[in-house]
Amino acid sequence: MKTLNRREALVFGAATGGLLLMTSSGAFASADDAMKAMEKFTGGRPVMEGSKMVTLEMPEIAENGNTVPLSISVESPMTSDSYVKRVVIISEGNPRPEVATFNFSPLSGVAEASTRMRLAKTQNIIAIAELSDGSLHMTKRQVKVTIGGCGG
Amino acid sequence: MAKSKPRVKAPRKAAKGDIVTIKTLISHKMETGLRKDKKTGELIPRRIINKFVAQFNGQDIFSVDIDPSISANPYFQFKMRAEESGEFAFIWTDDNGETHTKKSKLKVS
Repeated sequence: MKTLNRREALVFGAATGGLLLMTSSGAFASADDAMKAMEKFTGGRPVMEGSKMVTLEMPEIAENGNTVPLSISVESPMTSDSYVKRVVIISEGNPRPEVATFNFSPLSGVAEASTRMRLAKTQNIIAIAELSDGSLHMTKRQVKVTIGGCGG
Repeated sequence: MAKSKPRVKAPRKAAKGDIVTIKTLISHKMETGLRKDKKTGELIPRRIINKFVAQFNGQDIFSVDIDPSISANPYFQFKMRAEESGEFAFIWTDDNGETHTKKSKLKVS
């Protein structure tokens, strides 16, 4: 990894909020690490990909990689017979793939949750919902991260 | 060290069957464990809020298992179906074992 000159380092650092070790290589998770994290959760069970049941809302372009809004919503009656147990969020481009797991209950009323996450760079974010019947439903979206900083 | 302050926005009243929205925030650096101290070059150890739990009348209604990719000052918004009157308890757990709790009453008619 080439040494960043001071200006580049400042811009990069500003955008990522010091998340990275700027001198180390291989600091990022890859799509492979994300896949491993997914498999750990799914345990080899089949996953419905591109599921319309799961909505992952994030901005198309994140101005500030330190705090990017994320909202998850899963269609479900949320009764004790049929509800969303949890939704796992996985990153393909952060230093580690695990982001958060939202655990719901029938009392949630609706399977919706929002938070803010760190994005080290432009990448895909994956959401996998596990329903009370054991089925798994996945969606993913790409978020672009701009490197603004230093009047750029 | 700065104290972690929890803040909650939850309704005080609701009609039975209403879906209510709860917003929670706690001030916390969420140190990832990947940053280096500029002076010493040493890795700053990880220290994050690793769990958030929302309970109503002692029952878990919503919780989050949190990893370092969640932003500083972790924010969570979620919902609950108002069925009966009672009290919320919101609990945040720090890597260092500390917990922070905030409570809020809800009247359901």
